[in-house]
Amino acid sequence: MIKSSFFRALMVAAGLLAAFVAATPANAVVEININKGNVEPLPIAITDFLQGELGKKISDVVAADLKRSGLFKPIDKGAFIEKISNPDAAPRFEDWKVINAQALVTGRVTQEADGRLKAEFRLWDTFAGTQMTGQQFFTQPENWRRVAHIIADAIYERITGEKGYFDTRVVYVAESGPKTARKRQLAMMDQDGANARALTNSNDLVLTPRFSPNRQEVTYMSFENNQPRVYLLQLETGQREVVGNFPGMTFSPRFSPDGQRVIMSLQQEGNANIYTMDLRSRTTTRLTSTAAIDTAPSYSPDGSQIAFESDRGGRQQIYVMGADGSGQRRISFGDGSYSTPVWSPRGDLIAFTKQSGGKFSIGVMKPDGSGERILTTGFHNEGPTWAPNGRVLMFFRQNAGAGGPQLYSIDLSGYNEQPVPTQGFASDPAWSPRLE
Amino acid sequence: MSRIDTPAAGRMQTIARNPVMIALVMTLAIAGCASKKNLPGSAGELGLGGAGSATPGSQQDFTVNVGDRIFFDTDSTSIRADAQQTLDRQAQWLAKYPNYAVTVEGHADERGTREYNLALGARRAASTKDYLISRGVPANRLKTISYGKEKPVAVCDDISCWSQNRRAVTVLGGAGM
Repeated sequence: MIKSSFFRALMVAAGLLAAFVAATPANAVVEININKGNVEPLPIAITDFLQGELGKKISDVVAADLKRSGLFKPIDKGAFIEKISNPDAAPRFEDWKVINAQALVTGRVTQEADGRLKAEFRLWDTFAGTQMTGQQFFTQPENWRRVAHIIADAIYERITGEKGYFDTRVVYVAESGPKTARKRQLAMMDQDGANARALTNSNDLVLTPRFSPNRQEVTYMSFENNQPRVYLLQLETGQREVVGNFPGMTFSPRFSPDGQRVIMSLQQEGNANIYTMDLRSRTTTRLTSTAAIDTAPSYSPDGSQIAFESDRGGRQQIYVMGADGSGQRRISFGDGSYSTPVWSPRGDLIAFTKQSGGKFSIGVMKPDGSGERILTTGFHNEGPTWAPNGRVLMFFRQNAGAGGPQLYSIDLSGYNEQPVPTQGFASDPAWSPRLE
Repeated sequence: MSRIDTPAAGRMQTIARNPVMIALVMTLAIAGCASKKNLPGSAGELGLGGAGSATPGSQQDFTVNVGDRIFFDTDSTSIRADAQQTLDRQAQWLAKYPNYAVTVEGHADERGTREYNLALGARRAASTKDYLISRGVPANRLKTISYGKEKPVAVCDDISCWSQNRRAVTVLGGAGM
């Protein structure tokens, strides 16, 4: 199944390039403040990295990542005046200021004697006339896309002051066939839709995959042998195991932030309650005890609290409790029903699905329930997942009519919504943590 | 990586976009609901009784002459009056043919979220099972399973389909929990 070098630690060696131009902080002003909400994208010139087709492909991926973020506007290469022939030399800043490129990216890709790829880039502040950063990476040639994402992350971080999220992956449910006989497989891809591959290949119904914090495992639900249960999949080996030995259907799993526990729902007769299982000791702990449907649990990033949905009050609403089940309290009070709460990796917001007036929306609220904001509304939007920097959400959308669900991303401003390309229908996306 | 601390951005501009316009586009996009229907064809699929020539005691007899499924109201798990009649027939049939164990499959329509609908389907299967037990079917012959909203039988974007997908289907044999 999985035979990628993706999960091997530190396959990309990174280094800093010496700054060509001494830093002159007084005039360096290229910066995007994400907290300002809806910002005008920053015009940036991303030149083809030197030496051949691979250099061009890497700079194209960098440009596509930055453009999709909605924070950058890569300038059409046809407008470029200066042709970069030596990426170690300072560019002619005037040529870039004329086309209003506020930032400039130059780079070079070469092959080392040992076969490794060496990729270097420099980010320039054209109006200040300074190099903002310069880095180099060594990796195997087949990992060229990953290097491009790492470079895009470095540029994003240098200019926004926030960690990037481009060097990440997404697990999801790949769907095919008609609605009445839909085939579903677990699949994984890069966050931009590239390198998609199946993780399971059977006719068993599989749902709700979620990454472990170290990205080595996925927990998900499978109907294998008509016994709907939560499973654990080791990505490196493809090994699968049932999580726990529960007397009924287990579903809606998610890892604790330390990766030591899986939290999930157990169905018994008409009731669903929330349990955790410690993956080392295999002990299980019951956290809720109601004659209701308690499901979709999600830990706060510090592991101290759990958001979940419950219909104990009559319809689905979001609740928060301590990690030991204490202090259960409802936090959603708007018009409609609320479900699939997911705590932001930053801890500041909880994303959710909201049903109201026959429509399905994706929104966010603060952990105390205040500050609700709807980001997108339509026939059917469901199942948000956070980018590791807590600035972008991915979710799935089913439009009215025939066809199936597709993945979309949207930033917290609600203005930058983008389809995420997948080969067929797709649902239940789960964004990986950042690859350190 | 060396960072240059910069004063507040001077060049970035904020533009005020009009949220009303965006809401309008959304409304238009969902206005054109398709009305293509893919309805179950036979009386058996619909769970209706009918004059069948099925062998008494066979799967076909159960599906066609007894009715293998009942339907639910939105977000509801209570057994409707019409469903009670179907389940009464099922209980009588199962009493007559005691060699069968059955699985009750619970389903939800697609107008809900995935996790909740798994639980809702389970709740419907459980209430159906409880009703059959109340009509004398031994609990040890009954298993349940929920498929949530993942196995619709009718595909369209209105209540004519959703109401058929909110169902509990009694399957002879089957493989629930």
